[in-house]
Amino acid sequence: MIIKALSADRTISWVVASFAILAIVGLMVPNWVLNGTMFGLARGLAVLGLLVLWRTGLVSFGHALYFGLGAYAVALLEKYTGVSDVFVRLAVALATAAAVGFMLGFVLRNHRGIFFAMLSLAFSMVLYGVLIKSEALGSTDGFSVSQTTILGWQPETKYPLFLTIILTGVVAAVGMQIYFRSALGHLTTAVRDNEIRVEYLGYSVAQAIHIKYVLSAALTGAAGGLFAMALGQVDPDSMVNWTVSGELVFISILSGPGSVAAPFIGAVAFEFLRTFAFELAPHAWQLIVGGTLLGIILFLPRGLWSLIERLPMRQERDRE
Amino acid sequence: MQATTTLLIDGLVYASYLFIVSVGLTIVFGVMKILNIAHGGFYAWGAYAAAYSIGVAAHFGLPDWIGFIMIGLSSLCVGFIFGFLIERLILRRLYHHEEVIVLLATFGLFLVLEDLILLVFGVNPYFAYQPMVYLGSVEMGGISRDVYSLSLIILACVVAFVCWYILSLTKWGKILATVIYDREISLAIGINVTTIYVWTFIFGATLGALGGAYIAPTISVAPGISIDVIVLSFAVVVIGGMGSIPGALIGAAMVGMLRAFAVHQFPELELFVVFAVMAIVLMIRPEGLFAPVKARRI
Amino acid sequence: MNNAHSVLRIRDLNKSFAGIVAAKNINTDIKPGEVVGIIGANGAGKTVFVNMITGYLKPTSGLIEFEGRNITGIEPRNATHIGVSRSFQISQVFMSMTVMNNLLVAISLANRDSCSLLRPLNSPRRVRECERVMECYQLLKYRDQVAGTLAQGVRKLLDIAMAVVSKPRLLLLDEPTSGVSIDEKFDLMDIVVNALKEQGTAVLFVEHDMDIVQRYVDRIMAFYQGEIICDAPPELALRDAKVIEYVLGFRHGTEQVDDRPKEPRHA
Repeated sequence: MIIKALSADRTISWVVASFAILAIVGLMVPNWVLNGTMFGLARGLAVLGLLVLWRTGLVSFGHALYFGLGAYAVALLEKYTGVSDVFVRLAVALATAAAVGFMLGFVLRNHRGIFFAMLSLAFSMVLYGVLIKSEALGSTDGFSVSQTTILGWQPETKYPLFLTIILTGVVAAVGMQIYFRSALGHLTTAVRDNEIRVEYLGYSVAQAIHIKYVLSAALTGAAGGLFAMALGQVDPDSMVNWTVSGELVFISILSGPGSVAAPFIGAVAFEFLRTFAFELAPHAWQLIVGGTLLGIILFLPRGLWSLIERLPMRQERDRE
Repeated sequence: MQATTTLLIDGLVYASYLFIVSVGLTIVFGVMKILNIAHGGFYAWGAYAAAYSIGVAAHFGLPDWIGFIMIGLSSLCVGFIFGFLIERLILRRLYHHEEVIVLLATFGLFLVLEDLILLVFGVNPYFAYQPMVYLGSVEMGGISRDVYSLSLIILACVVAFVCWYILSLTKWGKILATVIYDREISLAIGINVTTIYVWTFIFGATLGALGGAYIAPTISVAPGISIDVIVLSFAVVVIGGMGSIPGALIGAAMVGMLRAFAVHQFPELELFVVFAVMAIVLMIRPEGLFAPVKARRI
Repeated sequence: MNNAHSVLRIRDLNKSFAGIVAAKNINTDIKPGEVVGIIGANGAGKTVFVNMITGYLKPTSGLIEFEGRNITGIEPRNATHIGVSRSFQISQVFMSMTVMNNLLVAISLANRDSCSLLRPLNSPRRVRECERVMECYQLLKYRDQVAGTLAQGVRKLLDIAMAVVSKPRLLLLDEPTSGVSIDEKFDLMDIVVNALKEQGTAVLFVEHDMDIVQRYVDRIMAFYQGEIICDAPPELALRDAKVIEYVLGFRHGTEQVDDRPKEPRHA
């Protein structure tokens, strides 16, 4: 019955179908495409985390904190316990980020707008400041992360990890879609529109924001963990510095808040755009990113997804 | 005792540097409500322009003191050209957007400015030590210090005085105060807010560039120098209160001293303390130590 | 007085802001199902009074009791939980959501248990209740319209309907007809008052239009400089000398145009 209810939701069936196709395509593509897609999807998961907050009207300029926590949790877990199992790694990454998010949430839930952005930034830079100066935590070089095992089995290729990322992506996207459709999920927009009314309807705005914040942290932490596994290493500058937070926010602006699928599309597009840009014009990559960011803010405020929404075929379907 | 003196002077020098870099940031936020990440880009451009022009001057055998003129000229050029173009072409279209969205737009600008540097100046570092050599060094508290670093303190005082003078004693200052208080009413009583905005932004950009230009002789000017600076000046501005000049002064003093203390006593906490203080201030008093609190009416 | 039968009991309520007195020794009792109008010039302390009852402002001193329970200084959301709701002078609705979704959110927050909030917003049960409310408040034809695009009067109705879905025993309406065109005012009040009569809700409403007040209330409380200067049935209150002088002013008064009191201003 649950499956029937889920498949009635068009977004969910589309997401599941496209991830299934992607899983099959993953078998046939060369290694660099597989890698790029993995990085893209992992980042997409983090952006999905940002989307939860964005729908509430909050922009976190410090989500590298959770991305980094997830990644470092995976690396430190291996360093101190030797565990490299994919499920343990994923669970630890997610739990670490969620726990920290839960604690910081008590403070952040009272902040809005630019103050929310700045406080998130401050928290993430605290972690960065610790990591970059601490020998025990790898300092500026970080650690390498050994290949991921699955229940004791050491796979030959990266495909099993790819499959794990896809599965996590599907579960997260479907879960968030259910969440967004629920009454609690609609509170995101309600809180963004009018906090006073939400309070007078008998619900604590602070609590609503706290829940969303922890959800967001958990998703981003899991994303960081998966990213570290795919990359095979962690370091502060490419995972915790404020530019990483900026990059994640950039991808969410690029994707738009329209759908749970948008972050994944946006992040994979970003990944391949970067690969090609580095080939063609190595010194112009940030120029392209920065220019695109400006262009989207000025001309396409609802992101790439709004282009998909404008397709004639989709409009007809929505009208039915 | 000697250690304390060293620490105090280090802290003061660093605080002066931070103040020069962040005062432009806070002025732009105060007047235009834009938290400008691209300020880091102005800083980097200032540094590159100064290092490059000082290098050219040295190449033609001009005396070392010419470097100071180059520093001034570079900051003015960078401030006017980039400040004017960016305000006119981009920010002007964003004034009706939320503060956070504008913040992201300036992040885009920051990235663009970073890569323009690579395209114009290449990836190799520049050195422009001539002005520093020219001023020589002096012995203080048993340690030899270069006068150039100490001159940062004087420059910071000059910048603080100029800002205070403009805001408190000139007609411009009064007009600015009106615009800061209420943009709509300023428009209604005939203040040309558009002009105010472009000049404010140019002024802020020039100060950012001046920070970079003046520090250029003491560092190796290389790609990515602005990444740490901009986030530190955010800390300064946030601690003091976004939009407040006395706030920037206090914020810079706090961050400068804290960092000097950490460098001397607990080097591994150098960055940690700065952002921990930023976080604590934001937690307790989000508006910063020096800004008024607003309430909402229903 | 038979306090046991009051929904709301207020004793010696005071509020001042930095020396300005906004409420001074307010005492009153509201009975179940009673409709009470609050009148007074701008700045007389009407909204402050409403804000204190629903917890948006904390009184400086005094007691507010709802159904025998002390609710002085309660959080707004807890006031809603125990049965005190309010509407707003400026409609507070979710501007980017449709009328239906506005009400659905209100409904799901009004009767929620631990996991009902995880069910889809438009569950059949909620939609049924929502349609009933929309019919009651004549909002059905705006069902899919985004709240930000509604006319003032309709938005006011939505605002009130959202306050009422939690079935409060006491409802406070802060200027329900302000910003509503004259020919819509009576329709709006007819809809609201009839709907509330059915539920037996006590209503306390702030209003400037004396025709509206006269037509719908059982009792009038007139405010002047933070004090209740008259608390009586409308036919008596509107003839009261103080009310004529300080509230109605020259409109109903005969000679005093010049010594009309200046309106004190405060937050």
